[in-house]
Amino acid sequence: MTCSRRDFLKNTVSGSVASVLPLSAFSFLSQAEASAALAETKVRWAFLVDTMKCVGCGLCVKACKNENEIPYDAAVTRTWVERYVVTKDGETHIDSPMGGRDGFIDDKIRDEEIDPEDIAKAFFVPKLCNQCENPACVQVCPVGATYQTNDGVVLIDRDWCIGCGYCIMACPYGVRFFHPEAKVADKCNFCYHRISQGMQPACVECCSFGARRIANLKDPDDPVANIIRTERVAVLKDEYGTKPHVFYLGLDASVR
Amino acid sequence: MKWHVLRPLWVAIGLVGLILVSRQFLVPDDFGVHGRNFTYGYHRLSNIQEWKDFPVKYRGRESCVECHEENVIKLNASTHEPVECENCHGPSVNHPDDEEYLPLDTTRELCLRCHAWLEYPNSARGELVSIEDRRHKRRKECIECHNPHDPTEEVE
Repeated sequence: MTCSRRDFLKNTVSGSVASVLPLSAFSFLSQAEASAALAETKVRWAFLVDTMKCVGCGLCVKACKNENEIPYDAAVTRTWVERYVVTKDGETHIDSPMGGRDGFIDDKIRDEEIDPEDIAKAFFVPKLCNQCENPACVQVCPVGATYQTNDGVVLIDRDWCIGCGYCIMACPYGVRFFHPEAKVADKCNFCYHRISQGMQPACVECCSFGARRIANLKDPDDPVANIIRTERVAVLKDEYGTKPHVFYLGLDASVR
Repeated sequence: MKWHVLRPLWVAIGLVGLILVSRQFLVPDDFGVHGRNFTYGYHRLSNIQEWKDFPVKYRGRESCVECHEENVIKLNASTHEPVECENCHGPSVNHPDDEEYLPLDTTRELCLRCHAWLEYPNSARGELVSIEDRRHKRRKECIECHNPHDPTEEVE
């Protein structure tokens, strides 16, 4: 192979120009530009449940169903309340009739009478969508119908959902269900229509005992976020690595 | 000689082309990767606004107080202060424009949600004033004797 000096210089110059040109497409962003490009917001919604305060009235479930147009008598709900009764023999009795929609009036659990003398502890645990940082339900959606907004809430596009049910099976917390009227997957979205205009979620507003609270983790002055930051809070099924954003105060080890 | 494999191949290529062309029309312009990344942010952007426009039904006592000030004042001064109006009166939605009367729940079952005695140690439920449903005035509605806006007041 031969190469004249003229060709060598020509190729060297044109080659280096060609390799530098694409670099000019890159530009250095200021901090503000970078965060705008990443669509960062000043909001990261989270939820705080105080299981010590819940009395199991189920008014949150009722409010949620009315607010979010979930068929009232269908056995599906966006939020629900579970009753745990741990007896002295170490057994855990759990029930949630109709998701706790009508409260817990009877001391029978699944038609089983439990002698009050045998009860070691009993409590109520409200549950709802955890708005995970790594939502398994979003990963499995084959059509891009469910997604995470920039403020951390996972939403479902009802026009785009094909109702395949992958997300319902993927959620480790069982919060997703098939909406019997809309014929799509459905779940709690922290009442996105309410929190995005400064209101509280319906369940939070209707809770008379302060057992449910909403927080903005990115707000350093948010009192509820400060509780999550400074108190000892737990999350459900941490081992799944989904990074749930519903935090629990006073969560018992028997809660599944 | 014609190669018999070519004909279905053209059909397959034609189908792929058809899908690619129809995709241009069927997929909305705002469908794409928004937010974090492809895994979590692949969606139709305008759906966020659609959810924000979902109608609010529970408007809170701030909206009740505009017309029913005396009831709200009375409630706020009572031990039932933490109970929202709409927990018993039902969601106000567009009241009074659409509905003049709200679906007020006056049943015993509503009160029992909090006030049915369950013998649960270390539970907040045990700290509330409670009755044994089977023993306490079984055939009566609670509001016949107790005023829900101020439970300490007796109804004559």
